[in-house]
Amino acid sequence: MRQSLWRGFCVTSRLFSNHRVYGCSLQPVGQNYWITALPTLLIWTTLFVLTDKMASMLMNSLRCCPPVNPAWAVQYATRSLSTSVQLHAQVQTKSKKTLAKPGVKNIVLVEGVRTPFLLSGTTGLLHKTSLPKDAVDYIIYGTVIQEVKTSNVAREASLGAGFSDKIPSHTVTMACISSNVAMTTGVGLITAGQCDTIVAGGVEFMSDVPIRHSRKMRKTMLALNRAKTLGQRLSLIGSIRMAHLTPELPAVAEFSTAETMGHSADRLAAAFGVTRLEQDEFALRSHTLAKQAQDAGLLSDVISFKVPGRDTVAKDNGIRPSSMEQLAKLKPAFIKPHGTVTAANSSFLTDGASAVLIMSEEKALAMGYKPKAYLRDFVFVSQDPKDQLLLGPAYGTPKVLARAGLTMDDIDVFEFHEAFAGQIMANLKALDSDWFAQTYMGRKAKVGAPAMEKFNLWGGSLSLGHPFGATGCRLVTTVAHRLLKEGGQYGLVAACAAGGQGHAMVIEAYPQ
Amino acid sequence: KCPSHHESVINTKWEFSPPARTHVNYEVKEDVAVIRMNDPTSKVNTLSVQMQNEMIEVFNEVLANDAVQSAVLISSKPGCFIAGADINMIQACNTSEEVTKLSQEGQKMFARIEKSPKPIVAAINGPCLGGGLEFAIACQYRVATKSKKTVLGTPEVMLGLLPGAGGTQRLPKMVGIPGAFDMMLTGRNIRADKAKKMGLVHQLVDPLGPGLKSPEERTIEYLEEVAIQCAKGIVNKKISLTKEKGMMQKVQDYVMGIEFVRQQIYKTVTAKVMKMSKGLYPAPLKIIESVKAGLEQGPDSGYLAEAQNFGKLAMTSESNALIGLYHGQVACKKNRFGVPERPVKNLAILGAGLMGAGIAQVTVDKGIHTVLKDTTVEGLSRGQQQVYKGLNDKTKKKTITSFERDFTLASLTGQLDYSGFEKADMVIEAVFEDLNIKHRVIKEVEAVIPPHCIFATNTSALPIKDIAAASIRPEKVIGMHYFSPVDKMQLLEIITTDKTSKDTTASAVAVGLKQGKVIIVVGDGPGFYTTRCLAPMLAEAVRLLQEGVDPKKLDALTTGFGFPVGAATLADEVGIDVAAHVAEDLGKAFGSRFGGGNVEVLKTMVEKGFKGRKSGKGCYVYTPGLKSKDVNPDIEDVLEKYKLTPNPSSDSDVQYRLVSRFVNEAVMCLQEGILNGPVEGDIGAVFGLGFPPCLGGPFRFVDTFGANKLVEKMKRYEEVYGNHFTPCQLLLDHAKDSSKRFHK
Repeated sequence: MRQSLWRGFCVTSRLFSNHRVYGCSLQPVGQNYWITALPTLLIWTTLFVLTDKMASMLMNSLRCCPPVNPAWAVQYATRSLSTSVQLHAQVQTKSKKTLAKPGVKNIVLVEGVRTPFLLSGTTGLLHKTSLPKDAVDYIIYGTVIQEVKTSNVAREASLGAGFSDKIPSHTVTMACISSNVAMTTGVGLITAGQCDTIVAGGVEFMSDVPIRHSRKMRKTMLALNRAKTLGQRLSLIGSIRMAHLTPELPAVAEFSTAETMGHSADRLAAAFGVTRLEQDEFALRSHTLAKQAQDAGLLSDVISFKVPGRDTVAKDNGIRPSSMEQLAKLKPAFIKPHGTVTAANSSFLTDGASAVLIMSEEKALAMGYKPKAYLRDFVFVSQDPKDQLLLGPAYGTPKVLARAGLTMDDIDVFEFHEAFAGQIMANLKALDSDWFAQTYMGRKAKVGAPAMEKFNLWGGSLSLGHPFGATGCRLVTTVAHRLLKEGGQYGLVAACAAGGQGHAMVIEAYPQ
Repeated sequence: KCPSHHESVINTKWEFSPPARTHVNYEVKEDVAVIRMNDPTSKVNTLSVQMQNEMIEVFNEVLANDAVQSAVLISSKPGCFIAGADINMIQACNTSEEVTKLSQEGQKMFARIEKSPKPIVAAINGPCLGGGLEFAIACQYRVATKSKKTVLGTPEVMLGLLPGAGGTQRLPKMVGIPGAFDMMLTGRNIRADKAKKMGLVHQLVDPLGPGLKSPEERTIEYLEEVAIQCAKGIVNKKISLTKEKGMMQKVQDYVMGIEFVRQQIYKTVTAKVMKMSKGLYPAPLKIIESVKAGLEQGPDSGYLAEAQNFGKLAMTSESNALIGLYHGQVACKKNRFGVPERPVKNLAILGAGLMGAGIAQVTVDKGIHTVLKDTTVEGLSRGQQQVYKGLNDKTKKKTITSFERDFTLASLTGQLDYSGFEKADMVIEAVFEDLNIKHRVIKEVEAVIPPHCIFATNTSALPIKDIAAASIRPEKVIGMHYFSPVDKMQLLEIITTDKTSKDTTASAVAVGLKQGKVIIVVGDGPGFYTTRCLAPMLAEAVRLLQEGVDPKKLDALTTGFGFPVGAATLADEVGIDVAAHVAEDLGKAFGSRFGGGNVEVLKTMVEKGFKGRKSGKGCYVYTPGLKSKDVNPDIEDVLEKYKLTPNPSSDSDVQYRLVSRFVNEAVMCLQEGILNGPVEGDIGAVFGLGFPPCLGGPFRFVDTFGANKLVEKMKRYEEVYGNHFTPCQLLLDHAKDSSKRFHK
């Protein structure tokens, strides 16, 4: 038994340490693996690891928020000095209006951080920090794959992290845009005057997803609980067959259509006539830009992370600039043999956590913080989960622009969630099509596609990785940082999510 | 005459074909000729003379064009590849030799396709049936879309024919002997994913959603792109046409190589066909014969047998009858009353019984919001459970997903009151068959529904005008007679009174068509058309029972004539109480013509609780879970009580006594103007009552059998049994003048 348990662990770790393609259902498990033997064990380890990891990440994120501290102040001053001369000039020439609305509170992003997005299987613990325990009014976290025993993971983690037990926290979920929901929920609480300081974030542990017993086994086990006599129990145990032992892995397939996301992405790319070449080129661009950004030290939202028993990880480890020849060699991952979506032009699943500190402007200033950006209008959209599963950005962008009274040209910085290269290209084509705008969005004309010289310049989910629940905060933080660095005024975040949903948000630079 | 290399590459459109082609054209993309079919005169492509001629022309050009290495065959009609051969082409022939020649021409053309030195890829989206399938399997490679519309099959057997253009010879080689027999003898449609598993197609393509063009348009383009890649792949040997055989395949091939095994298969299949068809349908036997000839005596004999058998079958009365039904069915799937002023979006059904719930089931999944109302919670939940079970069975068969089931059920509302009826566009009542109850219901409903709302009544025998008498707006009242079980029976009989408005009729037909029904629209009167035809036949069946004919024998004689269900079983299925009720009502309305059997027999059975299948006992005893049934021993006492002395009657006489009364009443319905025409009469009898399809319906039967012969028989019976065998005037007219026919 011990032998088999051990082997089970090996299999699990091997299984989840593979570079997995986003959208693939996690199905490579054969019938006779041993994982089935250890559900209870897994649940317990998951619980412990999860709360532990969550706690440390939360604390870690907060540690990086600039407190009123001379040393930090100097650092900030230096930073703005180094970029101010040239960039301020740009800002002035644009001379755009601010998006502030009368009677509506300004909400600012004070800071955003994240752990490096690691390929699944390499996360660990971090040191605890010493932030004032009552600095926060409320904590909201987004996550996708939930562990039943920590269904409100935000609360468990904040308690475990030593936050005051007086700070309420809740968990939200909306697939890949879960942390966007966390942020916008925070915005809502501040606007409503209920809170002033919110920690919002997202977390995902793809290396330790809960695995369920098969439905038949669950039924038998529940019946066992109710069985009264030994005879009943024995007959129930006797009814267990090999097939009962096959585990149920969480699949990245739509519940309503049973189609995996990669399959849908491939069909979407085909529907918009996106070629394999275009997709590979975009994937290569993402990795190249991410590498440049990493080398130039632009990914300053990343905080290092000590993996127990291994080295400290200080940067994303999924960035792999390759060559077009290398990419062309890969076989399609979903639609065979003629599909165009491959492992290389899809984002990959990773562990990771991200967090932002958002406040009302007056509170931030009163506490001596220097805000990075305003969070402005946002929308959530949804459409057909079969044929338009990943078109959220195409639907959300025109809507949020209209709300903010902006045009595509007004936007200086675009950060779109790159689920698949084919999905990005399809969205860009949809945004640039009058026919699509008229036929499917009920608009008079297209808004146009974003200029590529403003688009995802520091890499994206294709190269940095995509921890479901944590990507949204990364997008917003990146926009804030790019606005500071590049000197633009408006940024736009857009993302798609399972269920055919989507999100878009306008972010305005904070006057420096 | 042929264009040079460069021209054909540059001129991608069909400018270089001197006589403008209208059905088939091609363009050359790189080195692949894309052959596109589109019949401009029809919604579907058929292999008409025009289509075939142009196809041969194009094929010759493609072969002669040196710039072309391979070809793709595709339809530019969204949602239809080739629906089959042109039936009119066969019907235009007068002798079996002519049809045999047609078959041989088809065989020749597909043989050329099969032997083409340039590989041809068939790109299939939408139905690929009959001749279309034979065309596709003659090609070297097949790519099909996974669209729900894409189905492959050989439905010829349903028209009393066989796949006559090489199908009986190629299919066994492609999908194996058992698979080929299954396809050709049942004629069932095979969906794309199943076809891939069977080896009928090589590659599948997913249908696409919205992009920069409409989904349908872009899906065809995508299919073409993939098919072109395949064609190129075959030419540069990246795709191999000889498939690696798996272990199972090798074993199967070995087994099928043994002559003894093959003989056993022929024997088993023949026995099964004989059991199912009672030997009334010649086509399945000829299919087996043709396959056997090819496998046992070589391809030359096989193709010859196929062509000759095809010719023979085309001249049979069975094929004629089945083709007639096919045309009739197509006609009854159209709304001859035009487009209704406003479409029905909200439908309310009163009564959640077997019928009410059945109607709800066939309506909810068509995107119509449906309210199911009953008077008791128990009745309502039973009805809702029936709808759920019906949809869940589909989930089990994997025709819909569990999500689609739940999504569909979301548009069904169950309730006990009339709330929300102010939004209803149509109300169908399926309450108990009692005029007083129906009157009460119509008054209640009319108090709550909006002015445009139609009131349809589902009754099998009560005259609609009697029901409408209680209505304050009889122009909105119509009869919709569904058949049980509603989700299985294809027919819907719509009954109009002289007050029913045309728009009301148009609306009812539109709803019925949405529910997937074949529709006949008939005039009002006791029993309308279907019930009125069935009642005399059942009366005669009761008489036969009284004469001492065993229920099993009675069933055997009726099924032996071609009825799918025997007369005794049918009475049990309909319900003895319903039969008694109807027999009494119609007996009052029509008098002695509806006599024969004694209604008291049925009434006594009802008194004893023998109400048919629903009560577990009728003519037979029904044990749940058991398929076989025994004769109810207790009915002997009843029959003994009403025993009649039998006149010596041969088996054939028994059959004709039953059928002639049915047919006579049908003809009378036409004579009285209840029926719109013989086509609807035939369709109603076959699809609603199970009149033998091989006879094509009562009117086709009179034409084929001869009115004079039938009248002669009836007059003989009249002498012995009485005036319920008196032939009607129209039948007598036809008997007098043999040139008079119901069907041209």
